[in-house]
Amino acid sequence: MDVHASLRGVTRIYPARAGRPPLHALGPLDLDLRRGEFLSVVGPSGCGKSTLLDVVAGLALPSAGTVTFEGQPVLGRVPEGIGVVFQEDASFPWLTVEDNVAFGLRRAGTDPAEVRRRVDYALGFMGLADFARAYPAQLSGGMRQRVCIARTLVLRPRLILLDEPFGALDQQTRLLMGDELLRLWRETGATVMLITHALDEANLLSDRIGVMSARPGVWIETVQTGWPRDRDSTLAARPNFGAVSARLWASIRGESIKALGQAREGAGR
Amino acid sequence: MADGASALAAAERQDRLEAWGGVALTVLSLAALWQGLHYLAGDSAIASLPATLRETWHLLSGPRYWPHFRETMSAFLWALLIAVTGGVGIGVALGGHRLSGEVAEPVLVALYSIPKVTLYPVVLLFFGIGLNAKIAFGALHGVIPVAIFAMNAVRNVNPTWLRTAATMNLGPLQTARHILVPATIPEIFSGLRIGLSLTLLGVMIGELFASQRGIGHLLMTSIEVHDVRRIMAVVLIVSVLAVTLNALMLAIDRRLHRRV
Repeated sequence: MDVHASLRGVTRIYPARAGRPPLHALGPLDLDLRRGEFLSVVGPSGCGKSTLLDVVAGLALPSAGTVTFEGQPVLGRVPEGIGVVFQEDASFPWLTVEDNVAFGLRRAGTDPAEVRRRVDYALGFMGLADFARAYPAQLSGGMRQRVCIARTLVLRPRLILLDEPFGALDQQTRLLMGDELLRLWRETGATVMLITHALDEANLLSDRIGVMSARPGVWIETVQTGWPRDRDSTLAARPNFGAVSARLWASIRGESIKALGQAREGAGR
Repeated sequence: MADGASALAAAERQDRLEAWGGVALTVLSLAALWQGLHYLAGDSAIASLPATLRETWHLLSGPRYWPHFRETMSAFLWALLIAVTGGVGIGVALGGHRLSGEVAEPVLVALYSIPKVTLYPVVLLFFGIGLNAKIAFGALHGVIPVAIFAMNAVRNVNPTWLRTAATMNLGPLQTARHILVPATIPEIFSGLRIGLSLTLLGVMIGELFASQRGIGHLLMTSIEVHDVRRIMAVVLIVSVLAVTLNALMLAIDRRLHRRV
């Protein structure tokens, strides 16, 4: 097995703050992310999914344990080769679509001709070529999220981390964006780790789904979907699609109830 | 897309026409109101519009007005420079440090609500009668709104933009230049627009109460000799200056906010 990124004994504890006790958000957990696979992570609200992504990306340091990417330790800095797409609209409203997409390349000092080439490709790939000169405010939420994905894509990441990137979109747009994500995954050959709370979305897109417990998040089980690499949203019509979603729900239901209790307790404190 | 772009351009042309129509209607309404008040109050209180325009022309074409104008503009520009640099500096520092901002915000709001004219005697004792006192008093008016807007601009920067900068390993200077500055400029500019109007107001008040030169002083001497036409002419000049500056700033402000 070719391990692309791995976590060993990763734990994240937020220190005590403003009279509140320390919060054990995550772990300890281990993970081997295989090169070129599409892994989704599902779990109840507040179970530490986004914290897990931050730790893998190098945006946050684990309180204990180690993270490695391509054999090198990740130490509080996002390594070259990792791209991140967030749930929130992260497009820069003061830049046009093409300037948004070129942003990271220009900051890295990439040759202008190369920037032009990669940006043109990414705009075409994401269906944004006609909107190159538009500003994000002139686009829909789905289009703005495409801009963010294109901005990550031009950096040619070998590991793409997505934190509920379609969370703010309507169901139909989510399905279509999922198809585009699968196309991007196939064409780039990148490893993808998707954080999502949508079980069907995880089922549709993934080779493997990690199910997390309520806080502190640890693995409950890992589900292999067994879908072919060349797949799209029509997969939902397959008879065994529902069986995988049902298995995920059976695995997560009790934890979701527990997380709801934790949320009520937190609100009452 | 081309059709969309031309439709957008046509809509913008229509908006511009409507805006100019609104301006023309406002000017005509104000002129009518002016004449109406003149007929009601008489020559001893409000000069007629034609008489005021003649006096304005006489004032602007003669040698007496321009030294006063230069004095006022000099005080205004220095005061504005101090209000902007001071306000942006204070605002950015407070906005960047949450606790300091939370402590300072009510203090700034309280200072903003003090009628600053009550502080003018203190300013005069400190600086004496002259240009410096007017600059200080003008800056005192403008600095707080600029600081409040700048503080909120920094506080309201979308944290996801900063996280995006972190994923691209941008250093603090690159993040400031490429994220913080463009993200905060629209809101800071809104503060500048309000600060500009208040700074001009502060300078004018300073000139009205204790000054030997400037447009405010010219207005005060006109009041002392009860020269109604000159009073109206000076008021007209100051109003046109203030409205023009504000309209210019508002146009830039709208342009900056259009993308957000």
